[in-house]
Amino acid sequence: MKPFRYVRAYSVEEATTAHAGRANSRYLGGGTNLVDLMKLGVERPERLIDVSRLPLDAVEELPDGSVRAGATVRNSDLAAHPLVRERYPVLSRALLAGASGQLRNVATTGGNLLQRTRCPYFQDLGKPCNKREPGTGCGARDGVHRDHAVLGHSRLCIATHPSDMAVALAALDARVELQGVRGRRTLPVTEFHRLPGDRPDVDTEIEPGELITGVLLPAATAGLPSAYRKARDRASYAFALASVAVVLDIEDSVVRQARIAFGGLAHRPWRARHAERALQGGAPSDEAFRQAVDAELSAAEPLRDNSFKVRLARNLACDVLRRLAGPASAS
Amino acid sequence: MPDTASAVGAPAGRREGPQKVAGAARYAAEHTPEGCAYAWPVPATVARGTVASVDTTAALEVSGVIEVLTHLNAPRLEEPDDATLAVLQDARVPHRGWYVALVVADTLEAAREGAAAVRVTYDSEPHDVTLKADHPDAHVPEDEDGTSGEHTRGDAEDAFAAAPARVDVSYRVPPLHNHPMEPHAATAHWQDGRLTAHDSSQGATTVRDVLAGLFALPEEQVTVVSEHVGGGFGSKGTPRPHVVLAAMAARMTERPVKLVLPRRHLPAVVGHRSPTLHRVRLGAKEDGTLTSVIHEVTAHTSRVKEFVETAAAATRVMYPSPHARTTHRVVPLDVPSPSWMRAPGEAPGMYALESAMDELAVNLGIDPIELRLRNDTRTEPDSSKPFSSRHLAECLREGARLFGWSERDPRPRSRSEGPVLVGSGVASATYPVVVAPSRASAHAYPDGSFVVRVNATDIGTGARTVLAQVAADALRVPLESVRTDIGSSDLPDAPLAGGSSGTASWGWAVHEACTRLASRLAGQQGQQLPPEGVGATADTEGTADADSDYARHAFGAHFAEVGVDTVSGEVRVRRLLGVYAAGRILNSRTARSQFIGAMTMGLGMALTEGSTMDAAFGDFTEADLAAYHVPAHADVPAIEAHWIDEDDPHLNPMGSKGIGEIGIVGTAAAIGNALHHATGRRLRELPLTPDRVLTGGL
Repeated sequence: MKPFRYVRAYSVEEATTAHAGRANSRYLGGGTNLVDLMKLGVERPERLIDVSRLPLDAVEELPDGSVRAGATVRNSDLAAHPLVRERYPVLSRALLAGASGQLRNVATTGGNLLQRTRCPYFQDLGKPCNKREPGTGCGARDGVHRDHAVLGHSRLCIATHPSDMAVALAALDARVELQGVRGRRTLPVTEFHRLPGDRPDVDTEIEPGELITGVLLPAATAGLPSAYRKARDRASYAFALASVAVVLDIEDSVVRQARIAFGGLAHRPWRARHAERALQGGAPSDEAFRQAVDAELSAAEPLRDNSFKVRLARNLACDVLRRLAGPASAS
Repeated sequence: MPDTASAVGAPAGRREGPQKVAGAARYAAEHTPEGCAYAWPVPATVARGTVASVDTTAALEVSGVIEVLTHLNAPRLEEPDDATLAVLQDARVPHRGWYVALVVADTLEAAREGAAAVRVTYDSEPHDVTLKADHPDAHVPEDEDGTSGEHTRGDAEDAFAAAPARVDVSYRVPPLHNHPMEPHAATAHWQDGRLTAHDSSQGATTVRDVLAGLFALPEEQVTVVSEHVGGGFGSKGTPRPHVVLAAMAARMTERPVKLVLPRRHLPAVVGHRSPTLHRVRLGAKEDGTLTSVIHEVTAHTSRVKEFVETAAAATRVMYPSPHARTTHRVVPLDVPSPSWMRAPGEAPGMYALESAMDELAVNLGIDPIELRLRNDTRTEPDSSKPFSSRHLAECLREGARLFGWSERDPRPRSRSEGPVLVGSGVASATYPVVVAPSRASAHAYPDGSFVVRVNATDIGTGARTVLAQVAADALRVPLESVRTDIGSSDLPDAPLAGGSSGTASWGWAVHEACTRLASRLAGQQGQQLPPEGVGATADTEGTADADSDYARHAFGAHFAEVGVDTVSGEVRVRRLLGVYAAGRILNSRTARSQFIGAMTMGLGMALTEGSTMDAAFGDFTEADLAAYHVPAHADVPAIEAHWIDEDDPHLNPMGSKGIGEIGIVGTAAAIGNALHHATGRRLRELPLTPDRVLTGGL
């Protein structure tokens, strides 16, 4: 392995100063993905800034009723936190659907958002991958791609984002809190991850040296009926073939707002804006759900071996919408 | 001696259990001789060709790198029987992942960095890695072992054409990987011309013999130790390249060398279960009596050696029919070499046969258990030999009772719980009785203790424990007074832990040595034993491997209940139950562990396991345990193993049959049959993942 410098930071400022936006610096959280990628040779950092001890491990309510989860909160702790369980159950569910108990005990909130695709071509230095090595080609497009994207992929890249947590955050209209050397900003989770386009090597909108300090869960989606459903090859410890997070606001048998995000279908959590608009202001019904979800998924461009994902995603979304709508949904 | 006669059969706990739990049991990679160096291999990145050049300059400049072995400078080996062991001997690349260099360094980190810095260029050639039943190179192999070729009885085609009830179906089982928890590892050390290797192996005697041959040494100059082994499932049944590489590197660098294969290399270098394409034709009378059975299997092999997944072999054992043809065809491709994986042949073969039997039962409207009972037999169909014992019918009936089969509504899609369709299925199981000659010694000491020595291997099954049980009964002494020394080639020679044969083979020799010792001790009654003790030896050559007039096989029945989620296409097993007739069960606790372990592996074969050969690159895409899905705990539900006591005098002195593999045989068929019962749909390709279930027309 390549030798690297290890720096342990105790404050956000210390961390961002140590990183300094260098191309070969990496922040180290739980290490459940970065260390694997270092072993594979996909990541070869010269400097690791360990941010796992930063004072960002709290889940707290802010004066405006929103909830802030610090970047170093472990996935297990975030899933179990009473504020999350009571107000944002979809987030708890999504976290617990991810990885394994051991991994969740170590993985952090910030690191979960920044994990890389598990595309096998990305992980294998002996194969072409435009994400890992721009310009080398995509081994997956004509190769083994059952698990790959059906929405928003590009000629250069068909990878999916592997996170479950991020799908729930996208549906909750959560924001990512970032600290860079030039200051602090927030971004909606839905705009944090990119589509691959012609730069598949760039996963997110994060600027060089910027550090995720936390995620903000808005008051607006607190307490709304919500659910997460994931389909996978085995009952635990498998990435989503497809998943869906739904936050549904129904009043007087009218859909005030539906928030729907898909996982496992695209390079980022896929917020189903078409479906949401189609449902808004209408009466919840199985037929309305079906039409709305179909409208969203009509944009899908499945590959040779993954057209099943479209049907799977539709089934999951309709099922979750129906269950959340409960008796309000007429069949 | 009232309480000593019952050591065999008792649920004795594994003797090394506390050591393993405490982390004190040392595996092959946990031996670090002074001055030990570390090795990291370099796999080929083309699927076919030759190495054109190797530039080791950068690798040798990495701090700590001692040496880079390539085909140009590696020690020359004698030609092995198994060509996969001829590592770094020539420039040929027979498949992607074949090792083309080995970096040795002071530290693991430096070896790894050095391996990344080795620059290899290739003259690559077009490759073919795609298995097809109509592949022009498909051929029936030489039937050297009496198993791997074609067998016929009567005129199977005509009888099939004339049968009133017919099933003609094709099944596909994907490549499967052994993936033992402990990856393949070896630490090799040369001292004064003697080679000592700690190897993760299922049989250290064979490793010793092969290393002695490769390095042209007398066997006494080689010691191979496999004290604790973290599973193998066949992939450590014979020596694998890692131990040869470690020994070569140690000789070349004059340092002890440790080599642990990275998990991601295992699919390419330690063997796998070949994918199998099956066509099964069953012809039957209206009452279900089989008149013709045709089972044709196509498997792949590598360019390095011919290995045949003998998936039609069990079909020669199961059901009588006047006409039958069982054929293996193998296609040499530019793929990694396949090899043994738990129940090689039987596991994929019985998936196909027992699925087809279910299809026949459904077509005829006969209960699938009844169909099997109507085709039971006392003589082995292919050999016409009488079975030494065959309690298949009893297993089916007892399983039906325990499982509650009589409450089953046979109509497909007859039971649902909300969006989940529920169904149940059954399949038979069988595995041959295999036994090989072994040596053993037994000693009695003045302090009242006994020591049994045999180079058996404990791959996690409890071999130490069960051999002590066999010894205690033969000596008629308490179990606690017997120590078992196993796991070193300096002990009496013994065959491998494989083919469900270990306990029978070693136990036979242990039993014989202990029986001799007991009679010698009986002749010395009352006399004080000398300080060095009194001993006896045994060698079962000529007896254990003698031909039998009987066909000897274990049988069993598997029952599965599955839930199929019509929303997600996810299939989850809810209950799994096995009943086995496998001779006398020697340790009820460790036997149960073996049965449910193999059933779990069968569950994985049915629902989650399988890899994909990448046609463009020529390797298995799913290379680690995140991508190759062995069942997680959440996949394994209520799982039960039961057995029927068999009293079979034609086996061995213990009356036992092997139990390590039968649990994986037929399990996938029971689960697939349950899926059909739940949904009314027949899926004929494993594993039964959501994509297949959803597109199979739920």
